[in-house]
Amino acid sequence: MADNIYTKRLDGRKMDELRKMSAEVGVIPNADGSATFSFGSTVAIAAVYGPKPLHPQHLQNPKKGIIRCNYDLLSFSVTERKRPGPSRRSQEISRIIEWALEPVLGLDEFPGTVIDVHLMIIQADASTRCAAINAAAIALAHAGVPMKDLVSSVSIGKLDKQLVVDVSKEEEDYHEGEGATDIAMTFMSNSDKVLALQLDGKITPEGLKEAVKLGRKATKEVHNLQVKVLKEYLEKTGGGD
Amino acid sequence: MEISNLTKNRIKEYLNKGTRFDGRELTEFRDISIETGISNKAEGSARVKIGKTEVLAGVKMSISEPYADGPEDGTMMVTVELLPLSSPNYELGPPKFKAIELGRITDRGIRHSGFIDFKKLCIEEGKKVWTIFIDIYSINDNGNLVDASAIAAVAALRDAKIPVINEETGRVKFGEWTEERLPLVMEKNPINITFSKIGNSIIIDPISEEEDSAESRVSIGLITYDKKVMISSIQNGEPTEFGIDELGKIFDKAEEMYLKLGKDVNNKIEEAIKRNNKK
Repeated sequence: MADNIYTKRLDGRKMDELRKMSAEVGVIPNADGSATFSFGSTVAIAAVYGPKPLHPQHLQNPKKGIIRCNYDLLSFSVTERKRPGPSRRSQEISRIIEWALEPVLGLDEFPGTVIDVHLMIIQADASTRCAAINAAAIALAHAGVPMKDLVSSVSIGKLDKQLVVDVSKEEEDYHEGEGATDIAMTFMSNSDKVLALQLDGKITPEGLKEAVKLGRKATKEVHNLQVKVLKEYLEKTGGGD
Repeated sequence: MEISNLTKNRIKEYLNKGTRFDGRELTEFRDISIETGISNKAEGSARVKIGKTEVLAGVKMSISEPYADGPEDGTMMVTVELLPLSSPNYELGPPKFKAIELGRITDRGIRHSGFIDFKKLCIEEGKKVWTIFIDIYSINDNGNLVDASAIAAVAALRDAKIPVINEETGRVKFGEWTEERLPLVMEKNPINITFSKIGNSIIIDPISEEEDSAESRVSIGLITYDKKVMISSIQNGEPTEFGIDELGKIFDKAEEMYLKLGKDVNNKIEEAIKRNNKK
């Protein structure tokens, strides 16, 4: 079998190195909770409104609250302008994010309500859904929604035969050898539970097991940052704003 | 539609004993039947039945401008319509989320498998490429439309012939076809296998009642690449918590199923196309 040809990352990062991450809590004063999260030049902003009464009432669940996510790219966040408004892609990703967040939320405490989570990508450079999920988790915590754990997400790539952490747009378009495989994975931060898994490309089942392990490790770094910014925010505001 | 808790609990009781309502093993597919050439106006078409579940897929092609990021690449679009004739649960109107999701999963399964050689669908670089429309309709939904749609899409693609181009207008001459088939990479043989989690059990090819009882699912697209079985797409559905080891077992099972099912489906498509050619 041919040797792996992706031996150096296009942006010079180590194979298991995330792009520079940053996050900020409380960026939208109107929202009950809000945050930004970025992987390099991918920037997501999240706002949480609720729990609040759900209208129309027939959508209410009398046993528990529901979560509604709305993920989208701003029209100017990508090279070729994206037509404003929901697309098939954004509707699908919104639902996947809902599914990834729901298991950690104490929705049983808020019957008949809805938590709206708005997630907008301001600047897109791959891993936008992962950045959105990470921002959403911080914003939900900021909103004071009971959570049994934080949620952390990262993309693992396979370029030719090499696994890499946090795929960039350049890497996403890699065509040499076996090409690019992009695997977005979301974990419950403090347990080994996988909350969402999406893959496009090609990888052996064994390789995929490796990739999941690598993703688990990388999300711990994401989690550390999420906790750090939440703590700093609490210290700065005393939690009362 | 939500089924009664009574039925859900009974399904779980059965699964805990390792059986199912229709007597199948937990990871056993129902019988699959495939017909091609079911609509002669289409470039290619197929009818796929998995047990009582039935879908139709048709391929139509037109000439269009390529996308800016792929001036030499043909394009493809997959849509799934859940017809009200196929189930009391479906209503008329714009596509709801389930149809969008089915279309997206099927699209990615085909697109990322490398089954279609998009470069060979270029007519004039940067100006003209073939666009392949794959439209899938549910005829009877008795569960597992997702795996059925993927098989139907592959069968319709393999059945398709490229239309004749009108040299003067540069457009497709409707109703006339060349003898040329689509540029497909047969060895890749893409298949989609969806695993559903019900209680502590993981099953494949659920019937409707099982699908409604499932807490979550994960669809895995597989191909053959470099003589190895590879996973080419994954998508999970519904809120879920999969253990890392549990997922590992699913990946292994998917590989094992692919080796069996891939061959079976491949043979059935080949037979269907042969039968069709004789007509």
